Amino acid sequence: MTKPKSAQAGSVAGEKVRLEVRLSGFGGQGIVLAGNILGRSVVLFEGKNAVFTQSYGPEARGGACSADVVISEGTIHYPKVTHPDILVFMSEEAKNTYGKLLEPETTVIIDQDLVRNEGLEGRCSRLLSVPATRFAEELGRKMVANIVMLGFLTAVTGIVRHDSLQSAVLASVPKGTEELNTKAFEKGYQYGQEGEGGERG
Amino acid sequence: MSKDRDVLTGVHFLNGDDAIAEGALAAGCRFFAGYPITPATEIAERMAKRLPEVSGVYIQMEDEIASMAAVLGASWGGNKSMTATSGPGFSLMMENIGLGMMMETPCVVVNIMRGGPSTGLPTLVGQGDVMQARWGSHGDYGVIALTPSSPQEAFDMTIEAFSLSERYRIPVIVLSDELIGHMYERVVIPEKKFLPRIRRRKPRKAPSEHLPFQGGEDLVPPMACAGEGYRLHVTGLTHDEKGYPVISAEAQERLVRRLCDKIRKHAAEIIRIEEEGTEDAEIIVVAYGCVARSARESVNMARKSGRRVGFLRLLTVWPFPEERIRELAANGVKGFVVPEVNYGQIAGEVERCAVGRDVLMVGLMGGAVHTPEIILEAIEEMA
Repeated sequence: MTKPKSAQAGSVAGEKVRLEVRLSGFGGQGIVLAGNILGRSVVLFEGKNAVFTQSYGPEARGGACSADVVISEGTIHYPKVTHPDILVFMSEEAKNTYGKLLEPETTVIIDQDLVRNEGLEGRCSRLLSVPATRFAEELGRKMVANIVMLGFLTAVTGIVRHDSLQSAVLASVPKGTEELNTKAFEKGYQYGQEGEGGERG
Repeated sequence: MSKDRDVLTGVHFLNGDDAIAEGALAAGCRFFAGYPITPATEIAERMAKRLPEVSGVYIQMEDEIASMAAVLGASWGGNKSMTATSGPGFSLMMENIGLGMMMETPCVVVNIMRGGPSTGLPTLVGQGDVMQARWGSHGDYGVIALTPSSPQEAFDMTIEAFSLSERYRIPVIVLSDELIGHMYERVVIPEKKFLPRIRRRKPRKAPSEHLPFQGGEDLVPPMACAGEGYRLHVTGLTHDEKGYPVISAEAQERLVRRLCDKIRKHAAEIIRIEEEGTEDAEIIVVAYGCVARSARESVNMARKSGRRVGFLRLLTVWPFPEERIRELAANGVKGFVVPEVNYGQIAGEVERCAVGRDVLMVGLMGGAVHTPEIILEAIEEMA
C-alpha cells in the first residue's frame, strides 16, 4: 500500500496516496453517519475514490463503534483501515478499543470534554481537540456533535474541501434539520480555521 | 406510477446491498418475496420502498421456504422475480431452489454470506456458502453463481444474473458477502438505453404443438407463462417434454442430463474471470468476492518486490473455470495461492484442476477478511 510520506495528513491531500481515516465513539453519536458523509463528499463532490465501511452490529448501538473511510485518487483495493492517518475519538471507550492502531504518524482528534489526553500525547504526530459535543449542545441538539466534528476535521486536515463536505451533509441529513446541521458544520470548521484545538504542526 | 423511477441514472454512493436492489430494478425485476436477515436486510428494505414506485410487488413472507416458492410462482406468472437472504435463509431456500432447477424457472437468489455454520456470525463476513451454492439442493443440476467484489459489480452482476436466468431458465445466484454488502463506494448507474434487458424467450409453436420441456438445440426450452394461452403442467417430479411425471430411468436420463448440460455446454459463454500478469507468472493468486480486494493488494505488493505473481479473479465461481486453471497449470506455473473466508472450498476446485502443481489454501473461518499481509506471507511461503 502506498502510504503518505509526510507525517501530516493535511499536507498530503491531493497527492495520489492512500489516506485512511477512522472515526470512533459510542453507538448513537452518529459516527457511522459521519463516516458515510465523509465518504460521500469525496466520491460525489470531489471525484476521488472513497470506500466507507462500518463496525456493524450490537456495538453500533452503544459501546465502541467505528467508521472507516479510505480515500484515494487511485483504485482502492483493501477497504479497511489498518494504518490510520487520521483517528478521531469521541469516547474514552473508543480510545481504549482503537487506540492500539495509533502510529507515530497518525493525526488524532478528540472531543476534549469526553476524551482525556492520557495515552495519546507523544504517541501521535498531532493531537487536536474540539469540544464538539459542548458546541452541539449550545446549538440546541447534542446529536449534531458528529457534524461539528466533521467541520473541525475538514478545517484542520484539508482532506476534503469545505464545500464538498457541506454539500454531503445537506444531502445526508433528515429534511428540516439542514439549518441546524449547517450551523454545526460551520461551528466546527471555524474553530479549526481559527487555530483552536491545538498546534497545527 | 412513473416507469422512469426504475433506473436511477447517475453517480451514487451506495453499499453493495442497495446496489443489488437497484440492479434488480434496472433489470426489470418487479417481484420480491423474502424474509429479512442480516446482512441482506438492506436489500429487502430498499425493494420494499422502491418496488411500489415502479408498480412492482414486495411481499414479506413467513419464512425463506415460502419466499422461494413465491419467487418461483411470480416467475411462472410472467415476472422477473428475486429474493435475498443469508446463510440460514439460504439453507431453508434449498428445497425450492431445487424445485426451481427442476421446473426450469428463471429468477435470481441473492446470498449475502456471513459467518456460519448455523446462525454463526450474523453481522460479520464469511464465504462459507460457495459449495452450498453449487450442491446445496439434492440431485444433479447446473448452477450459475456470480461473485461481485464491489458495490458497482453488485449492481452490474445483478443485471447480468437476471439476463442469465432468462437465457438458461434457472435460478441464478448472486453470491456476495457481508463486506461487499455493507461497504459503500461509487456506483454509476447508466442511462436506461445502455442497459441490457433480455426478454423471456417465448414459444413459436401453437399451444397444441408446444412441448414446454423440449430443450431443442441449445437445450433451453422457450417458456410460456400462466395466462398466455398454453397448457402448463410443472412439477418437481421427473417429467417428459410435456411436463407430465414419468418415473423411469430413461426419462431421468433425458431430463437431468439436459438440466446439467444446458449449463456445462455453455460454460465458456457463462464463465467470467479477470486476469492480470498470469502469462509469465510463477505463482497465481486465485480469489473472488471480498477477499479478491485484499488479494489484489497483496499481488501488487509482491510484484513491487520483484516476484512474478499473477492474479486471477473469479467473477463467476460457478461454473468454475476448469479449463483455464488446467491451462495455467500446464503452462508451468509453480503453484496457486487461494485465499478465501472459509476452510478451502474453491481451493479444492483449484487443486482438482491444477494437477501436479502446489495449491496453498489460505483460509480464514469468518468474521474478517484477510489483510493483504496475510496473503503476501502465503505468496512468500510458496516462492
